[in-house]
Amino acid sequence: MAGPSTYQPQSGFTRWLDSRLPILRLMHDSFVAYPTPRNLNYWWTFGAILSFCLVVQIVTGIVLAMHYVPSIDSAFASLQRIRRDVPWGWLIQPIHAVGASMFFLAVYIHMFRGLYYGSYKAPREVLWILGCVIYLLMVATGFLGYSLPWGQMSFWAATVITNLIGAIPWIGESVRDWLMGGFSIGDPTLNRFFSLHYLLPFVIAGVVVLHVWALHVTGQNNPAGVEVKTKDDTVPFTPHATMKDLFATVLFIILFAVFVFYLPDVLGHPDNYIPANPLVTPQHIVPEWYLLPFYAILRAIDFNVGFIDSKLGGVILMFASIAILFVLPWLDTSRVRSMRYRPIARQFFFIFVLVCIALGWCGGQTPALSLYTAGPFRAELQWVEGGTRTQQIVRAASEEGAVDAFAAIEDQLTEGGAQLVRIARSSPTEATLTAISGGQMRNAVVEAANLDALEARIADQRETLGAAGVPFARITRTLPFEFTVTRFSQVLTAYYFLFFLVILPLLGLRETPGRVPESISKSIRGAA
Amino acid sequence: MLKRIAIALACLLAPASLIGAFAQEAPHVEQRAWSFDGPFGRYDRAAVQRGFLVYNRVCASCHALDHLSYRNLGEEGGPFAAYRVRNEETGEIEITLGLHGGHEGQLVPATDNPYVQAIAAEAQVPDIDQETGRDIERPARPSDHFRAPYANAIVAAAANGGAAPPDLSVMALARHGGANYIYALLTGYSDPPAGADIVEGKHYNRAFPGHWIAMPAPLASEGMVTYSDETPATPSQMARDVAHFLQWAADPHLEARHRLGLVTLVFLSVLALLLYLAYKQVWRGVKH
Repeated sequence: MAGPSTYQPQSGFTRWLDSRLPILRLMHDSFVAYPTPRNLNYWWTFGAILSFCLVVQIVTGIVLAMHYVPSIDSAFASLQRIRRDVPWGWLIQPIHAVGASMFFLAVYIHMFRGLYYGSYKAPREVLWILGCVIYLLMVATGFLGYSLPWGQMSFWAATVITNLIGAIPWIGESVRDWLMGGFSIGDPTLNRFFSLHYLLPFVIAGVVVLHVWALHVTGQNNPAGVEVKTKDDTVPFTPHATMKDLFATVLFIILFAVFVFYLPDVLGHPDNYIPANPLVTPQHIVPEWYLLPFYAILRAIDFNVGFIDSKLGGVILMFASIAILFVLPWLDTSRVRSMRYRPIARQFFFIFVLVCIALGWCGGQTPALSLYTAGPFRAELQWVEGGTRTQQIVRAASEEGAVDAFAAIEDQLTEGGAQLVRIARSSPTEATLTAISGGQMRNAVVEAANLDALEARIADQRETLGAAGVPFARITRTLPFEFTVTRFSQVLTAYYFLFFLVILPLLGLRETPGRVPESISKSIRGAA
Repeated sequence: MLKRIAIALACLLAPASLIGAFAQEAPHVEQRAWSFDGPFGRYDRAAVQRGFLVYNRVCASCHALDHLSYRNLGEEGGPFAAYRVRNEETGEIEITLGLHGGHEGQLVPATDNPYVQAIAAEAQVPDIDQETGRDIERPARPSDHFRAPYANAIVAAAANGGAAPPDLSVMALARHGGANYIYALLTGYSDPPAGADIVEGKHYNRAFPGHWIAMPAPLASEGMVTYSDETPATPSQMARDVAHFLQWAADPHLEARHRLGLVTLVFLSVLALLLYLAYKQVWRGVKH
C-alpha cells in the first residue's frame, strides 16, 4: 500500500539528514504522499480529531499536574486553587475535564464507524485490536482521572470499582488491596492513581503510533469497503485529507468550546463539588456518562448462576463487553466489509447503536425504577369483627418442642370454634395466645400504585382497626409484574452480546449482500 | 454535503442532550431568571455586593467560605473591584467601585483596595505571634482566607446538633439547580403539611431533599441587614442576593469565560468557513 517512497530531499541539509535519519522521508510518506481513498466521508475525520484530543489532554494535564496536590487533605482545595488563582487555570481545568468527555464522544463515533464499515476485517485485524487497546487504556485513564478531584463521586466511584475487582475469585482481594495500597481508599490510593493517570496517556500515545503504523501498512478502509486497486482510487493525503480533517476538527473544536465556555459543569455531577467523605454515601453513585453503558451491564446481573454470584457475574459481563471487541474480526463471517451493501446487518447495527445509548440511560437511573407496571399493587386483608376474645400465656416444656407445642394448642382452639388465633412469642418457650371465637370474618382489598404506598395503606387500615385491638388474620399481597430498569438493562445486555456472538456470525453466512462495486472509482461514478 | 454536516452534528449533540435526562433530584426547584444566565450572562455587581453583606452578617456565623480570600472580593470581576478613574471636573484621580458606562480606569490591586481592606479588618483571624509563638487573634488582611466560624469540623458539628454546616465556597455548583436551589431552599421554610411526621430538632423545608433540614430558617425576618443602596431587605430579596453572591463565589471567572468564549467562537467560525472554502478548492475537480 505504502509503495516506494516518493520523497526527494530538496536541500543539502535534508540530503545529509536523509542518509543518516530518514525522519523527513517518514513524515513525507506518512502524511503528505500517503495515498488516501478518495471516497472517504466525514466519519473518517475522527482519527485526526482524536489525535487532537490526545494532545489537548496531555498538554493541559501537564500544566494541571504542576499545581495539583495528590493528597486526600489537599486535593480538593488544590483544584479550587487552580480554578481560582492559577493564571488561566479557570480555562485549563475545564478544558481538561470537558476534554475527557469530548475524547470519549469522538472515540465512540470512531468505533461505531469502524463497526459499520467493517474496518476490523482482514487485513486490518491488528489495526482494530490496537484501537481496542487504546480504548481500554482510555477507560482506565478516565476512571483514574475522575478520582483525582477527590469529590464525593471521585471517592465513591473509586470505592465501587476497586471493590468490584475484589469479586474475582482467589486473587481478587489481594489485587484490590494492592491497587488501593491499603484496606480502603486513602492517601496511598490517590497517590498511585495520580501516578498512573500521568503515565497512561503516554502509553496511549505509544499505542497510537503503532495504530497509525498498522494503518499505513494496510491502508485506510473506505465507505465502499473495497480495497484500493489503482492510483485512480486515491488522492494524496496532503492537501486533500489534511484540509478535510482540519475543517472537521475545527467544527469539533466549536462544539468543544461551547461546553468549555458555556456549560463546563453540565457533563459532570454536582456531588463532585462536595469534598470526599467516607462516612456519607451519595444517594446515587454514578460514573461519568461515557462509562454508564458498562455500569448498566454490571448492574443488570442481579441473579446468581451456579457458583458465580451476581456481583462476579456483573464484573465478568462488564469486562466481556470490552473483551468481545478484541475478537470481533473473527466473529463477523461476512465477506462484505461495508454495511452499505448489507441491508439486514445494517438494521441490526442501528439497533445496536440505540441499545448502547439505552444502556447509557439505564446506567444513570435507579435500578429499581419501574418503567412499566402491569396493574395496581393489591392486598387483601382479613380480620374478625366482634366475637369473644380470650388471651392466655402458654409455655412449652423445651425450646425444640415449642413450635410444635404452640401449633397443637392452635389446632385445638381452632377445632373448638375459634375464628382466629394469633401467637406472639415472647421468649423461646413462652408465648401470648390470642383467640377470638364467634364474630364475623371481614375482608377488604386495598390498592396502590407502588409497594411503599401499599404498605402505607395497610398500616392505615391497621391503625383504624387497631383501636378495637383486632389483629389481621391474613394479609395476601398480590404484586403486579414490573418492568424495571434492571430488567430493561438485561434485555439490552442480551442484545449487546447476541449482536456479536450470534447475529454477526450467522448473518454473514445467510445474508445475501447487495451489489458491491468493483472498485472505489466505480462506486463514485455509480453514486453520481 | 450540508445535510451530511447536519446529520453529523446531530449525532454529536445527541449524547450531550441525554445528559440532562440523567440528572434527577427529588423536590422540584423552580428555574428563575438570573443575570448570569446564558452565553452573555454577567453578574449583577450590586446584587453580589448585597449578597456578600447577607453572607457576612448572617451566614458567616456558621458557614465557612474556605476556598476564598478577602482579596478575591477586589479582583477583576469581584463585587468590590475598585478602579482609579480621573474625575472629569476636578481632574483628580479617584478610586471608585466598579466601572460605569464609558469610563476607563486602572484596577486597584486587591491588596491595596480600601473597601477590601476595610472588610478584612472587621474579621479577627487566628495567627501565631512572631515573637512569642503564642496563639493570637489579629484583624484579617486582604491576603487572608475568609475567617472560618469554627476551628474544626468536630466543633462545628458539636455546636449544631451533630451536623456541621457545609462550606459554601462551591455550594452553587454542588447542588442540582445551583443558585435556583439556594434561593428555593432559603425561601422554602414553612409549616409542615398536616399529617407529616415531625422530626425533632429539624425544620420543614419544601426544597430540601427529604424536607427536614437541620438549619433553622436563616433569613426569617425583614431588615436583618440594611442595604446601603436602599433596596428593601425582604427575606426573598436577601435570599436572591445571597444566591447571586454564592454563584459568584463558586464561579468567579464566569464573566471572563463568557467574554473569551464569544471571541473564541467567532474566531473558530471564521476559521471553519475559511477552511471549508480551502477544502472545497482543494477537492474541486476530484470526484468523491
